[in-house]
Amino acid sequence: MDDHESNRAPGAPIRVEVNRRTVIETGTTVLLLTALPRAAVAAGSVGNNEPLPPPVNVELQINGRRHSLTLDPRTTLLDALREHLALTGSKKGCDHGQCGACTVLIEGRRINSCLTLAVMHDGQTITTIEGLAQGENLHPLQTAFVEHDGFQCGYCTSGQICSAIGMLAESRSGMPSYVTEDLTKSAAELTDAEIRERMSGNICRCAAYPNIVEAIKQAAGMPT
Amino acid sequence: MKAFTYQRADSTAQAAAAAVEPGAKIIAGGTNLLDLMKLQVETPSNLVDINRLPLDKIEETPDGGLRIGTLVRNSDLAADPRVRQRYGVLSRALLAGASAQLRNKATTGGNLLQRTRCYYFYDITKPCNKRSPGSGCAAIAGFNRIHAILGTSEHCIATHPSDMAVAMRTLDAKVETVNRQGETKVIPIAEFYRLPGNTPEIETSLKPGEIITAVTLPPPPPGVQVYRKVRDRASYAFALVSVAAIVDSTRGRIRSARLAFGGLAHRPWRVAYAEQRLVNAPANTTTFTAAADAVLEGAHGFGGNDFKLPLTRRTLTGVLLEITTQS
Repeated sequence: MDDHESNRAPGAPIRVEVNRRTVIETGTTVLLLTALPRAAVAAGSVGNNEPLPPPVNVELQINGRRHSLTLDPRTTLLDALREHLALTGSKKGCDHGQCGACTVLIEGRRINSCLTLAVMHDGQTITTIEGLAQGENLHPLQTAFVEHDGFQCGYCTSGQICSAIGMLAESRSGMPSYVTEDLTKSAAELTDAEIRERMSGNICRCAAYPNIVEAIKQAAGMPT
Repeated sequence: MKAFTYQRADSTAQAAAAAVEPGAKIIAGGTNLLDLMKLQVETPSNLVDINRLPLDKIEETPDGGLRIGTLVRNSDLAADPRVRQRYGVLSRALLAGASAQLRNKATTGGNLLQRTRCYYFYDITKPCNKRSPGSGCAAIAGFNRIHAILGTSEHCIATHPSDMAVAMRTLDAKVETVNRQGETKVIPIAEFYRLPGNTPEIETSLKPGEIITAVTLPPPPPGVQVYRKVRDRASYAFALVSVAAIVDSTRGRIRSARLAFGGLAHRPWRVAYAEQRLVNAPANTTTFTAAADAVLEGAHGFGGNDFKLPLTRRTLTGVLLEITTQS
C-alpha cells in the first residue's frame, strides 16, 4: 500500500485508497474500515447495526493551535489526537488508564487521555509531547531523558515526559504524595522515593525506571 | 463502546431530570465509567456531563467541618491544607488510591460511586449477578483473591474498591443529594452503601435520578488518624485490606477509637462493637485481639481470599500498635 501518511499535511484527514491490488494484498479489512466513519472505527463499534449518535462539535486548543473537530461523541481524547489530528506522539498502551502511555496535560494537569472523551474538553487547552520543544530546542525533560537513557523501546516515553512535567508542577505547588511523611508541611522534598511514588501511574516494561528518576532529577535541578 | 448521545448539563436540576430517564448516566471524571463502557459492562444510551456545574468547592461549615463539592478532584481534596491538617486519614486514603493522573480527574462523588473491580464483573462473557442479575456468581468458585470475606451473599462476593470511602466512614461523612424536583437529602455514609444480599446490582441508597452534590465532614474527632493499605504492589493497586483508624490514647490506655476497613466487604466495614472493646482498654495484644475478633465476627473466605482473615488481624494490630506507641 502507498504511504499516504507521509504526504499528508498535519491535521488533514487520513485517506485510504482502495484499488484491486490493495484488496488482494490486505483482504477485506481495508474495505470495511473505509466504509465506516473513522470515529466509529476508533470508538470500536464495527459490525453492529446501531444508528450512529449525532456528532458533536469540539474545539480544542492543542499545543498553541486551535482545532475544530466534528466527532462521534465516543471519541476519546487520545483517539481525537491520534486518529483525527495525526498527533501520534501520545501512545495507546492499555487504553484503560493503567499504563500512563497516553498521558497529556490539560490546563497544565496530567491526565490519562484514553479515559476521557474529547467532547468533555471542549474549549480547553491541551499540551502533548509534540508541543514541548521550542523549534529545535528540546524541553529540558526531553534532553534529560536522552542524556540519562530514560528509555529503551521508547513506547512509554512521551507519557513519562508529560507525566513528569505535571508531577514537577504538582510538587512545586506543594501537593503531597502517599510517601510524604508529614502532611502538614506545605511542601515535601522531592526524594527518589517521592519521584517513584508520584510517577507510579507510568509503567515502563523495559524497566528504565532508575534512569527515568535520574532524568527527572536533572530536569528538576537536583543533583543526580 | 456502544453508541450514546452526549449532553452537557447546565444545572443540577437539568442533570437530575436527564439522569432519571432510562439508559441515562451521569459522567464526571469518567475514569471508571469510560473504562466500563469500553468493555460494554456499562452501556448508557445518554451521557450527561456534569463537569461544568459549580460543585467543585471545599467550604468550611458553621460547626467546624468541611463541605466538599461533588466535583472536587481527588488530588485537590488530598492536597487541601484543611484536609491535611484536620482529616489526615482522608488525605492519606486518597493518596493511596489510583495514580496521580487518575486522581487529577476522578471526583469525590464519582469515587463514592465507582464499581467493584471483581474480574468477573468486568468480563461480559462470564456470569455476574451484579452486572447481569440472575446470571450467577463466577467468583464464588473462581479466582477470588481480591474478594470479600464479610457481608457476602450467595449472589455476590464483590468488594467496594474505594479508599476514600473507607476514610469517610471513620469520619461519619454525610452524602448530600438532590433530585429532579430539587429536593435535597442528607444520607449518612453508614446508610449510603448496601450489602449485596439478593440484589447486588443495587449498590447504594440513591434513587434513580438522585445526584450527589456534596459530601460533608463533621469536625474531626480527637485522636491520631492513620490509613494503612496492604496491596500486591507498593503503589497504584487496589487494597487487599486497608484500615482507616482514628484512635485517641494516652500513656498506654485507649480513650476512644474508630475503625473502618476496605477490601473486606461490599461496603466500607465498620463494627461499633469492635470499637467499644477498645474504649478505656489498655493498649496491649489482648485488647487488639479482642477488637480484631469483633471485626472478623462472621468472616469467612472462599479459598483464594482466606489469607485476608489473618491479614486483617495483623494489619489492625500493626495500626493500633503504631498509634498507641506514638501517643
